[in-house]
This record gives sequence, C-alpha cells and structure tokens, in this order.
Amino acid sequence: MTAQEIFDILKIRFGDALIEEKLSAAGGSASVGYAMQVWINIAPDKAKEISFFLRDDSAMQFDYLSCLSGVDYNNGTLGIVYHLSSMVHKHKIVLKTFCTKENPHVQSVSDVWGTANWHEREVFDLFGIVIDGHPDLRRILLPDDWEGNPLRKDYKVQEFYHGMKVPY
Amino acid sequence: MIDLTMLQPPTLPTDYTVKLGHTKTSTGKTIRTEEMIVNMGPQHPSTHGVLRLEIVIDGEIIVDCIPHIGYLHRCFEKHCEQMTNYQQIIPYADRMDYCSAMTNEWAFVLAVERLLKIEVPERVEYIRVIMAELQRIASHLIAVGTYGIDSGAFTPFLYTFIDREKILDLFEMTCGARLLYNYIWIGGLSHDLPPNFIGQAKDFITYFHPRITMLNDLLTYNEIFVKRTANVGVLPKDVAINFAVSGPQLRGSGVNWDLRRDDPYSIYHKLEWQPQIGKGEVGTVGDCWDRHIVRMREMEQSLNIIEQALAALPEGNVKAAIPKRIRPEKDAEIYVRTEASRGELGYYIISDGTTSPFRVKARGPAFVNLSVLPEIVRGGLIADLVLTAGSIDIVLGEVDR
Repeated sequence: MTAQEIFDILKIRFGDALIEEKLSAAGGSASVGYAMQVWINIAPDKAKEISFFLRDDSAMQFDYLSCLSGVDYNNGTLGIVYHLSSMVHKHKIVLKTFCTKENPHVQSVSDVWGTANWHEREVFDLFGIVIDGHPDLRRILLPDDWEGNPLRKDYKVQEFYHGMKVPY
Repeated sequence: MIDLTMLQPPTLPTDYTVKLGHTKTSTGKTIRTEEMIVNMGPQHPSTHGVLRLEIVIDGEIIVDCIPHIGYLHRCFEKHCEQMTNYQQIIPYADRMDYCSAMTNEWAFVLAVERLLKIEVPERVEYIRVIMAELQRIASHLIAVGTYGIDSGAFTPFLYTFIDREKILDLFEMTCGARLLYNYIWIGGLSHDLPPNFIGQAKDFITYFHPRITMLNDLLTYNEIFVKRTANVGVLPKDVAINFAVSGPQLRGSGVNWDLRRDDPYSIYHKLEWQPQIGKGEVGTVGDCWDRHIVRMREMEQSLNIIEQALAALPEGNVKAAIPKRIRPEKDAEIYVRTEASRGELGYYIISDGTTSPFRVKARGPAFVNLSVLPEIVRGGLIADLVLTAGSIDIVLGEVDR
C-alpha cells in the first residue's frame, strides 16, 4: 500500500484526528528506500487509537515499530516520530505528532507495540515529553535526579550534580 | 513478630511491593517465604558490560526482572548535533557498538548518502559488504565465545578469539585500526584494499570453514550445552515482533526476516544467500539454543557472501564519489535501517540545511532487544537468567549510547 492509500483510509476513519500529509524534501516516491519519508501528521491525543487501527486492520498490519524518536523543532514545538513497517505486507509509513513546549503531552502507544515502552521512556527522559498512559514512566538513560532534558535545544547543563562539577 | 514491610530496600526505584508469606516446616517452625529483591550487576561479569538487573525472586523462580541501563550514557545524539560537520560523527558511530564498528559506521554513512542522494561506485559497495560480513563474523565470534563462558564452557572462548584475531588482522591491514575503524566514509572509503588483501581473505575463508564445524562440535552440539540452553528463555514469535526484536534473536524465534533481503540496500540482492532461522531442533522454537545456532549458521552464510563478493569485486576508484562539502537540503529527513550484527540498526537524521545535523536518532538493536528480557525470563529459574541475558548478545555501548 502506498502512503497516499493509507492516508485516505485513515482520513475516512478518523477524520479530524489527521492533520495533514507531507512529502519531505528528501522524499519522492522513487524507490522503496525513500518511500519511508512520506509522513502523516496525527493528533497527539489520538495516537493510541490510530496505532491500534494500524496494527490490527488486515490491510495495514503495521506490526513492527522500527523506531520512535523525539524531536525538538526549536520553535516551541516538540514532536514524536513513529517509523512503522509491516512484516506481512512489507510497506512502511511514518507518523508524526506534535505538541507545544508548554503542554508536552502525547498519548502512549506502549500497549500497541511493546517496544514503545523503552523508547517512550527515552523521549520522556531526554525531551521531557510526558507520555500519558505509560505504565512505567521513569528516566531511563540519565540518573533519576538529573535536572533538565538534554536533547531540548535550549538545554543548559546544571552546574553541580551531588557536589560534583558537571561542565568540564 | 518483625514487621516484614520494613525489610524492603528503601530505595527501590520502581513501586514494586514484594509479596509476603509464611510457611510451617515439618518441625512446626514458622519461616518467612516472602519474595526477595536481588541486584545483578552493574559489575557482574556475565552482564556483558555495565547493566544492572533488579530481580524479584520467589525462591529460585524469577517473578520480575527490571533492567536498569544508562551507566555508559555518553550523549551520542547530543554530540551529533554539536559537531561542525557530518564526517566527524563517523568515529562516534564507531563507538556505539564497539564489537561491530564497521556495520555501525556503514548505517550512518548510508543514511547521509541517501539524504544527499549520492550513488557510490560499485567497488565501494562490494568492499563495504566484504567488511560488514567480516565484521559480522567477528562480532558473532565474541557472542558465541562469551556465551560459552556464560554456560560454563571456557575453552571455545579462546578458540573464537584466535579466529577473531585473524579478522582484525585483515582490518588492520586495510585501514590501520583493529577495533574502531573510521573506514567507511560518506561517499566512499578511507582506503582502497591493500594488494595482498584478497589473497589473505581467501586464506581466511578456507581456514574458517572447518573451524565452524569444530566450534559446533565443541560447543553447539555438546550434550551439556544443549541440556543447558534448550527450552530456556523461549521468546515466542508474536512477542518478538511486538517488541520489535531484530537480528539473530528475531530469526531465532522463527521469523523469516532479514533487512538485507527485506529492505534491500547495497548489493545484497545480487548475491546468493538465505536468512537463517531457528527451527527448534533440540527444543522449542525461540529458545536460547536457537539463537545460538542462528549465529553459528550466519557466520557460515557470511563466509559465502564474502566469497561471492571477492569473486565479483569490480575495479574502480573508492574515493570518486566523496563529496567535498556535505550540506543536505533544509528540512530533509530520512530513516535508514540496516542489518547490523545484532539486528536492525537505524539512523533517523533531520537536516537543517547546515553542515551539521539538526537531529540524529540512533535506533540500536541492542537497546530494543534488551527491552524484551523481562518478558522472557519471568517464570524461569534464576540460574537461567545469565544464559538468557547472554543469548540476547547486548553491547552496552549501544544500549546506553
């Protein structure tokens, strides 16, 4: 299935939860390798519902969540990017969801794909996006009492950590 | 009667509460039978690095297992954003999975090449395949050798390291480095193959075929090893896919999925080979032995791939396509996944039109493969935990990034 077909089906089913579809600059639909760059923008509070549909619908069957990455777009927007692929139909799609820095909340998809559990903890850890409905939302890579979220573009390193000087 | 709730460690990071219990012995004495929390690592020799496993046990049975990672976190992704150009990231990518550096840098370089839409010469593709497959053998040799140690067989480890040394000699001959190469560059390679490389690589292939048979006799089909690993740590197919497990661990669970075939890159589609999958020959499909045998067979497979690539190696200039300046378009982004030694290694790169990336996300196979560990050790024996964790073949440099 092409991204356009997937988008059309989602549009009929979810309507306003879908915001737009875009071809990124590196995209084009020339070959399989590049087809992954077409992305669909979904509403952050509908992420779980759409994910369940994408996984369970027999025409979609996106059973494999390749990658889940947080992004700070440096304009007050944070985002999560989902790279999905299907082992059955061998097609791929990219979902994106955006939230503001003031209200960084995105729905968890760890019920849909087990692998999202650790990825979402990483996003929470490094970007400070609160994942609603996550079963075990703790920091994963940094110490529990670290201050700030390092991958945010405006991150400032704390001066001391337990009395040790941090910036070298 | 002591208050049993006071016996809990005060700083348990999760909100797990141990279940309490009492039982009467035959002499009429009351003993406590509550669950216990045990820490394994971060300096435990069989966690293959600084991994801490917090284990809740009921007697010998594992009730829950909570991995704690991050002890080796070195801000790879933040560093990438701070670099002044794309080439500077390649040595960092080397250091992610230090047992399999060649495949790491290839994945990153491939992502940047696709971002720039450059085609590399045919010769470069062949040399990259040869190097990546040699690296896969070297990496699997460590996995197999250390897995032997985990299961109590020390000797195979020494044999695998002799063989690995020969591969490292080949790498040293080519690019001067033995562990972290910086060999694959964006658009090409740092050096062409030295004149005597092909002969020496062919010698290695003839030498290594019987060594695999020997390793199989020594370890794989060893009665004790089979008894120890068959039916242990079974990872069912659907759980494996749901947790996006990849590489030998996924194929060990009987899933016929290999990115070299299913999401083709480079010249793998021109070569004759088949993904190796676990069939449950001595126990259940997806047990520790299956994951081990998949690695053993993949080594043989890699030898075949190298043999074919060496035979078909075309002439060409390996530096012909190296761009002078690397500046992808503004807002261009790409996710490229490759089959590294441990599974799907993906790089998600966003460009902002400058000479350094806006965002780099590395999707390491070890990080994702480790996340399934609690699912497969629950209900098993604590003595099998070391074997199960060993069969996942994690490298903490990649888990923590």
